[in-house]
Parts: sequence; structure tokens; C-alpha cells
Amino acid sequence: MEEPKTNTPESVKYEMFEVYEGAKFKTLLTRKHRERKAWTPENPAMVTSFIPGTIRKVFVKDGQKVKAGDKLLILEAMKMLNELSAAVSGTVKTIHVKTGQVVSKNQLLVELNAEAEKKDNKKDGKKKKK
Amino acid sequence: MSLRQKTLDLKKRMSGAVQGGGVKAIEKQLSMGKLTARERILALLDPNSFHEYDLFVEHAGKDFDMDKKYLPGDGVVTGTGTINGYPICIYAQDFTVAGGSLGYMHAKKITKIMDHAMKLKVPLIGINDSGGARIQEGVNSLAGYGEIFFRNTLASGVIPQISVILGPCAGGAVYSPALTDFVFMVDKISKMFITGPEVIKTVLGEEISMEDLGGAAVHSEITGNAHFFAESESECFEQIKQLVSYIPWNNTKKAEPFPVKQPKSKLYKIEDIFPNDAKQPYDVRHIIKAICDDSEFFEVQERFAANIVIGFARISGQSVGFVANQPMVLAGVLDVDSSDKAARFIRFCDAFNIPLVTLVDLPGYLPGIDQEHAGVIRHGAKVLYSYSEATVPKITVILRKAYGGGYIAMCSNHLRADFVLAWPTAEIAVMGPEGAANIIFRSEIMEAENPDEVRKKKIQEYKEKFANPYVAAAYGYVDAVIEPEETRRFIIHALDISSQKDEKRPEKKHGVPPF
Repeated sequence: MEEPKTNTPESVKYEMFEVYEGAKFKTLLTRKHRERKAWTPENPAMVTSFIPGTIRKVFVKDGQKVKAGDKLLILEAMKMLNELSAAVSGTVKTIHVKTGQVVSKNQLLVELNAEAEKKDNKKDGKKKKK
Repeated sequence: MSLRQKTLDLKKRMSGAVQGGGVKAIEKQLSMGKLTARERILALLDPNSFHEYDLFVEHAGKDFDMDKKYLPGDGVVTGTGTINGYPICIYAQDFTVAGGSLGYMHAKKITKIMDHAMKLKVPLIGINDSGGARIQEGVNSLAGYGEIFFRNTLASGVIPQISVILGPCAGGAVYSPALTDFVFMVDKISKMFITGPEVIKTVLGEEISMEDLGGAAVHSEITGNAHFFAESESECFEQIKQLVSYIPWNNTKKAEPFPVKQPKSKLYKIEDIFPNDAKQPYDVRHIIKAICDDSEFFEVQERFAANIVIGFARISGQSVGFVANQPMVLAGVLDVDSSDKAARFIRFCDAFNIPLVTLVDLPGYLPGIDQEHAGVIRHGAKVLYSYSEATVPKITVILRKAYGGGYIAMCSNHLRADFVLAWPTAEIAVMGPEGAANIIFRSEIMEAENPDEVRKKKIQEYKEKFANPYVAAAYGYVDAVIEPEETRRFIIHALDISSQKDEKRPEKKHGVPPF
């Protein structure tokens, strides 16, 4: 004979879950919720693979100066040769991959030392406006 | 030849064709815990009801010496039959014949039985067990898939379509199941993916097993591609038989009524299930069981986005679709996955004349960067769209929390619910008391000597004033505040009185839902 159902089965291990500030509920969490990835702001000095693939060519060397828009490497994926370029100006700090290497998605390929932004220009701009 | 001789000749031909891929291939199939295509059909259908079509179809491959090969039935068994007396068209791919690969005539057999199902207006069941396109037949096998997908799309919302994955289903082949209404999978037997582990390994260097990539567990819990998970093929067939009993033959009919049965009121008593404290969890499926006939609830997508519960039950003998927030999981919030899950189910019920019963108890849509970036706006909009679009009888019962966007989305009066009932425990408000108090009394709280104490007091004040069903009832947004134990009676009445419901939507080619 089945037991009558109640709201407090002892076998269930509930957790506290804050949906929004101050609103906490006793509940179960799903595997998908637990495994969700924390968001991190994008760092333009860290060049990562936007798609899994193979490195076909590396154009730069350690310590080399690069300008925003300069070619860094070629990543072949889905039968396409994708050119990855620097998003910021600076120097090449570390190259993490070699030609022929297979990389997964979001893998760090090249680290740059970004040049400090030319704040003077901005200040000039403000001054001009005034 | 005499008639007798010709009959013997026919029998000989038939026994040749039904042998499938031969003894060795069949042994291999059985050793994997799988039945053969014909055994599957016979296990699923009523005894002696299966009538096979196109047994003598032969493949059309000409290149790569294929013309010298004989592939019995070209690797697929098709026909008609009944499940509990309920007519259906069916096909089952035969993995023992050329790996169940899909060539031109194989596809022709499938599309023929699909056309048949559409003409006869009966459900279609497809059992998938195939290595994929028959490479030797080149573009003809692609054409075959395309013809199947097109028919799946036209049949959508006209006849129920059920896909059963009982083996590999890879590459383009996955899109036929994806276009159908329900996908059944069996643990360790079913596999579905666009690109298999081998390709992923060579191209991307990532290693993963077939089971972890696209097994039944993954598709039932993570992707939501599968609607039913079974441990064995026989359990899977039982699930299909049960599903078929809740749905109509086609979109012009209602599901067959069953004899009325009372809920098991000793096991499922709302008073015992429903907690007094609004922040305590409970299993909303027990509430459903306290309301429906014989306390029998047939849940769909049980493992996926468990924060919303969907499924079929009968009330007063009539099939209904339940949509219920599940406070026991993620506090019952609406999020990307649960919105998607609910919306598709609502559209299925609406397409096939199955009344919708919605049980509401949610704190709202789930906040968070991951949700926002995953598109909770467009996914959440699907719930609004499908409820607004639905013209079947819509009955809503607000059990407890109904805040903000969640209140509107869960088949509120504003989305044209026909009956909105609320329990006295209902809390219908623009947002939760915590959030509301923080905004309305912000300056009072900030300026207070003891902000926490004032906040608590204000939350309590707000709760007492607004966290009830009577404010909404005063505007007529709630049709009746009812005693929980009266819920079944009210729903039965609502179903009875709306049996002739005829609501029209503006004529259009089709809407543009936020897919």
C-alpha cells in the first residue's frame, strides 16, 4: 500500500535558492542550473578561438609589436580559413599554439600586452568641446 | 502454374524478404538488446493488426556494384495497424539490412506511408534505427531525407507524429524526429547527433562517447530533444501505447473519452500536500494527481526543465493537458528551457483539441546573466505566444505565487483564459513582496535607523495588503476564488460548459512566433 503524499518527504534534500533579492525558496536545483558557466567580461588582449579547428599559420612572434587589426594567425575550421587579428594594439606576450595544432572552442591562442590607451587624445577631445 | 503453385511461390518470396539482413545480422542486433524492425512493430501493435506494405520493394542503387546486391525491403518495414484498436501508420528502419541506411527507395517507402497517414488522417509512428544516408546512392539519399522533412512539416498539427529512436540516428536523419511531436528514446540503445564522436575527434580533437554526446539520458535531461526516456524497448512501447490513448486521431477530432474515475483521495489529499508556508516546496504533480481521474498523470519531458511540469491526464473521462509550475525544482521559475518546453506542449494541445489546465505557482522569470544571454526574452515570449494563440478551453488555477511577468504568462485572464480560478492562498501581485517593498518604500527604508527592521515590516505590510487573490478578483481578473478541495468539481464544470467552445483568431497565413 502506497503512503499518502505529504509536502515534506524526508528523503528529498532541498536547498535554498535566491531567485531575487530577499526572495529565497527551499527547492531542488537542476544539473543544468548547477553546471551553468559564470559570465566573464571579454578581454580584448586575450585572443581565443571562436570555433574549434586547426591552426594553419602563425604570423607573429613573441615580443612583436602589433597594431589593432594586424593578422595574428589563421584558424581553419569547417573547411574555412579564418584570419584572427589583434583587437587592440600592443606587444605579443605569449603565443600558446603552434602551426598544425588542433584547438577547441574558446581556447586561449595568443596573449597580448595591450598598450595603455592614449588618454591624452580623449582629454584633448574634451577640451576642444569646451 | 496452378493457383496453389503461385501461392507457394508468393510464400517463398515473402519468406525471403522478411528475413531482413540474415541470421548473422539479426543475431548482432539482438545481442545489443535490440529487437528487429518487424519484432518491434509486432510488439507495439495489437496482435494480428499489422499489415505490411511494399515488402517487395527493391533498392535503386546503380553505382559501386550496388546493382548486384539484394537488400530485402530496402531496409525499412512499413505498414498500417492498430494500437488498442486505434489506427496508425508505421515504419521501422531495419538496421540488419545495409545498416538501415536510407537510399532512394527506402525513402520512397517512408514517404508513401506518410502520405497514407495524411490521407487517412491517422497518427504516424516512425521507428528510427539507421546508420544514415546510403552514401552509394549519393544525392538521391539526401533527396529522400528532404522529402521526409517536408512531409513531417506539412503533417505537423494535422496528424500526431511520433518518433521512436531505437538505434543510431545521425546527421540529417535527426531532423525528422526533431520535426515530429514526440520523441521516444531508450537508455544505451538510442543515439542522436548531427556529428558523431569520430568526426568530433578528428576535426575538433574533443573526445566523447556516443552515450555522453547524444544518448537517451542527454536528450532527456540536457537538450530536451527527447520527450520520453525508457530503460528498455518494451518499456518504451508501453509508453507509446499510453501516449496514444490521450491524443486524438487527427486535428479534426477529440481524444477518445474514457470511463470516469475518481482520484485516489486517500493518497492525494490537497490539504496534506500543500504547505502552509509560501516558501516551502511541494511536488505539484501530487496536486495534479489529487485532481485528475484515477490519480493517473502521464508526464511528458519529465527530466528536462523539471521546474515546469507538462503532461496528459483525464478529468471526468476527458483528456486534458496539464501545465504546472513545479515549486520543488528551481522554485518553479520560468526560464529559457521551461518556457520552451511549456510552449511546445501548449501548441500541441491546441492543435489537437486537448483542453489546457494550468496550475500557477511561480516567483517569476529567472533573473541572471546566463538567462539573459541565453535569450530568456525570446524564449519566454513563446509562452505568451502559445497561450494567446490557443483556442482550446483554457482553465487556470492559481495555487500560490503569481507574480509579475510570470502571472501574465501562465495563462492569465489577459491571454484569454476561459476560467481563472484562485485558491485563497493565491498571491497575485506586480512583483514579489520583497522586491516591491524595496522599491515602494525605498526612501523610508534607507532613512530608517534600523533599515532591516523597517524593510521586514514593510514586506509584511505589502504581503498583507496585496499577496492575496482578492485584489485581482476585485478587478475581475480572477473569475472565482475557490476552496482547494473544490478544484476538480470546478474544472469538470468548466470542461463541460466549454465543450462547444468556438473561438476564432484573425485569418492569416501563419503567425511568426519567437522560435
